[in-house]
Amino acid sequence: MKDKTFSFKGGIHPPYSKELTESISLTQALPPKIVYIPLQQHIGAPCDPIVKSGDKVKIGQKIGDSQAFVSVPIHSSVSGTVKNIIDFPTPTGSKVKTIVIESDDSYEICDTVKPMGDINNLTSKEIIEIIREAGITGMGGATFPTHVKLSPPPEKKIDTVILNGAECEPYLTSDHRLMVEHPQKVVFGLKAIMKAVNVNKGIIGIEDNKPDAIKNIKKIIANEPSIQDAVLKTKYPQGGEKRLIDAITGRKVPPGALPMDVGIVVNNVGTASAIADSIQKGMPLIERIVTVTGNGIVQPSNMIVKIGTPFKEVIEQCGGYSGVPGKVISGGPMMGFAQYTTEVPVIKGTSGILVINQFDAYSEIEQPCIKCARCVDVCPVGLLPIKIANYSQKSKWDEAEEYNALYCIECGSCSFICPAKRPLVQRIRLVKGEILAKKRSK
Amino acid sequence: MLDKELVVSSSPHIRDNDNITKIMITVVIALLPATIAGIYYFGFKSLIILLTTITSSLITEVIFQKVRNRTISLKDGSGLVTGLLLGLTLPPTLPIWIAIVGGVVSIGLGKMVFGGLGQNIFNPALVGRAFLLITFPVKMTEWINPVDGLSGATPLNLLKMEGIKTNYFDLLIGNVGGSIGETSVILLLLGGLYLLYKKCIDWRIPASYLGTIFLMTLLIGQDPIFHLLSGGLMLGAFFMATDMVTTPITKKGRWVFGIGAGIILVVIRVYGGYPEGVLYSILFMNGLTPLINRYTRSKIFGEVSK
Repeated sequence: MKDKTFSFKGGIHPPYSKELTESISLTQALPPKIVYIPLQQHIGAPCDPIVKSGDKVKIGQKIGDSQAFVSVPIHSSVSGTVKNIIDFPTPTGSKVKTIVIESDDSYEICDTVKPMGDINNLTSKEIIEIIREAGITGMGGATFPTHVKLSPPPEKKIDTVILNGAECEPYLTSDHRLMVEHPQKVVFGLKAIMKAVNVNKGIIGIEDNKPDAIKNIKKIIANEPSIQDAVLKTKYPQGGEKRLIDAITGRKVPPGALPMDVGIVVNNVGTASAIADSIQKGMPLIERIVTVTGNGIVQPSNMIVKIGTPFKEVIEQCGGYSGVPGKVISGGPMMGFAQYTTEVPVIKGTSGILVINQFDAYSEIEQPCIKCARCVDVCPVGLLPIKIANYSQKSKWDEAEEYNALYCIECGSCSFICPAKRPLVQRIRLVKGEILAKKRSK
Repeated sequence: MLDKELVVSSSPHIRDNDNITKIMITVVIALLPATIAGIYYFGFKSLIILLTTITSSLITEVIFQKVRNRTISLKDGSGLVTGLLLGLTLPPTLPIWIAIVGGVVSIGLGKMVFGGLGQNIFNPALVGRAFLLITFPVKMTEWINPVDGLSGATPLNLLKMEGIKTNYFDLLIGNVGGSIGETSVILLLLGGLYLLYKKCIDWRIPASYLGTIFLMTLLIGQDPIFHLLSGGLMLGAFFMATDMVTTPITKKGRWVFGIGAGIILVVIRVYGGYPEGVLYSILFMNGLTPLINRYTRSKIFGEVSK
C-alpha cells in the first residue's frame, strides 16, 4: 500500500540542489583552536557570562545563563582558557557579547556531563529542566528555547507532538543525514518530548524526497505503537510550522495563535536529537550538524561542527572556495542570512553554510509588476504579497497592516516566483518592522 | 579571505528563472497558429497590417520613453504582444494609415499615459481597437470573405441583420468573414490551451466567461454553440480577458470578472446595437478590476469568518 502524502495550499518548487550533499555521510569537523560563543544564540533574553577572562573551562561547562524564562544557557564547546569577552558579529547580522575561548587541545569533559539515567524514571518536569540546562533551542533555524515550547500553560491541552523532518529549504541536508544515520536518537528525543508534555501520540513528518530517511525512521518506529510517520509532498515551505500541522492533522492554527492552541507541539528532528544527547550522555548543546554546500564550495559536506567555530574554518575544511565566492549564506537560500564576513561563528541555529559563486550572487534588475498574481497563488498564508509590498514602498504602514502584513511568515516564496524580480518579501519585512515599531511606540 | 567582496542582501537568495519577456514570448507563440491562419485566409495584406500595428506600437513606446527619459523597455515584449493583438482584431482590408493610428493609440493612450507596463487599467490593444471603431466606423466594419477576398459579412452580422446562421464547421476552422486573427476557433483554442499548460493564464476567466455566455444564451433561447464559436470571443476569452495587468489578482475576483464580462457580452450581442460585444465587455470589466480586487480578498490561513 502506498503511503498517503500530505501537503498544504500554495508554496513553490524551487530547485532543491540537495544532490550535492544528500548522500554524503556526516563527518566530524576538526576541533577548532579558538571558539567564539555568543551569549545570545536564541530568541529571548541574552545570557550573562558566568566565567571571566583567564578562567579554565571544560567541554560542556556552562559559561553563560539568564534568569529570564525565555532564554537558555550556553556552554563551552572546547576545553581551554577564556581569553576575552567581546562584541562580535553573529550570523544573524547583529553584534552580541561573545565569549572567546582558546582550546588547550586536551578535550577534557566537564564533570557535570553525565548520563541522566533511564528516561522511564524521569518526570516531565525533570526532562524539561534537563532540556533547559542543556541550552537546547529549536535547531531548524529560529532557535526558540525548547523548554518554553514544552511548557504550555495548563489550560492548553496538548494531544500530539510532531517532529519536523520536512527540511524544505533547498540545499540543506543536515536533518536528512541525521534521520538516515541516527534515527534512533531522533525517536528517543521524540519519546522524551512526548513524556515532557505528557501525550502519547507522536508523528514524524518527512518530505518524500528523502526516501532513505523515511525508511530508516520507519524501521525504528516499527515497534512503537504511539509513534507514526507522515510522508509529506516535497514543496516549500512544507516545514513551516503551521503548514506542517495543517498538512499532517488538518488543524489550522489561527492567525496570531500558536500550535499549542490547536493541541500540538512541533519540534525539529535536530532538536529531538539534541534532547537525546542531553539525556543519554548529559551533553549540552555544544555541536550541531551543518550542511556546507553550494557551487562556491570545493567539497560540499555535512559536518558536525562545534558551536563557536568560525565559518571560515568550516569552509576551509570543505576544500575552501571554488572560484570567487559571491555570497556566503547562513542557513538555506530561501530564508538564510547573507554574511558580510566569514569570521562569524557557527551558532545553535546554523543549519547550513551555503556559498554561491560570484556569477549567481547578484539579483536581477527589478521590472514593473505585471499583476500576474503568482505571488498571490504561492503565498502559503493566503496574503496578497503584491499589495503589501506596494504599500510598503509607498510608506503606507496602516494599509499594509490592514492587508495582514504582520501574518507574513517571510518564507520568500513571493520573491522567488516573481517574474518581474521584485523584492516582495523584502519590502514586506520592512513594513512589518515599521508596523511593530509603531505599535511599540503607542 | 575576500570578505569585502561578499554580496549581502536579504533572502531569498534564489529566484525562479521565468521572467516577463518569457511570458510575453509565450503569448506570442500561442497566437502564432491563429495568426498564420488569418494570413492564409485573408491574404498578404493582413500580414502587412500586423507588421504595421506591431511596428507602430513599438515605435510609440520608444518615443514615449525617450521623451519621459525612461529606460527603453522594448525587450520585455509587452509592446510586441499589444501590437500583435491589436492587428489581429482589425479587419483585413483596413487602410495602413489607420492601422498606424491604432498602434499609436493602443500604446500611447492605452498604456504609456498610465505610466507604462503594469500601470494601465484597460487592455491597450482593446483601447486601440475601441478608438478606431468609434473614429472610423465604416472602415472598421468592412469585411471580406476568406480566400476569395470578395466583400462579405461576419457570421454575427449575418445573424443580426439577415437571420442567417453560419455552420459550425466553418466557424471552427475560421473559414468565415471577420477580423484577421479572430476567426479560427480551433487554433485559438489550441493557443489558449498552450497558455494554460504554460501557466500563463488562469482557467477561471475563460471558463467563467464562456460558461456564462453559454448558459445565458441557452436561457434566452439563442444557440449557445453558435455564440461561443463566432466573433472575437475565443481570441478575447483566452488572450484579452486573461491579460494579467488588467484583470483581478484574486481567484474569486477572476470568477466575478468572467461572469460579469459574459453577461455584458450577451446583452450587447442580443439586445444592443453592435453585433459583437467582446471588446466592450472586457473593457468594462477592466474598469471594475480595482474594485473587484478590493472586495474579493480571501481569508488568510486559519482565519475564521467574522
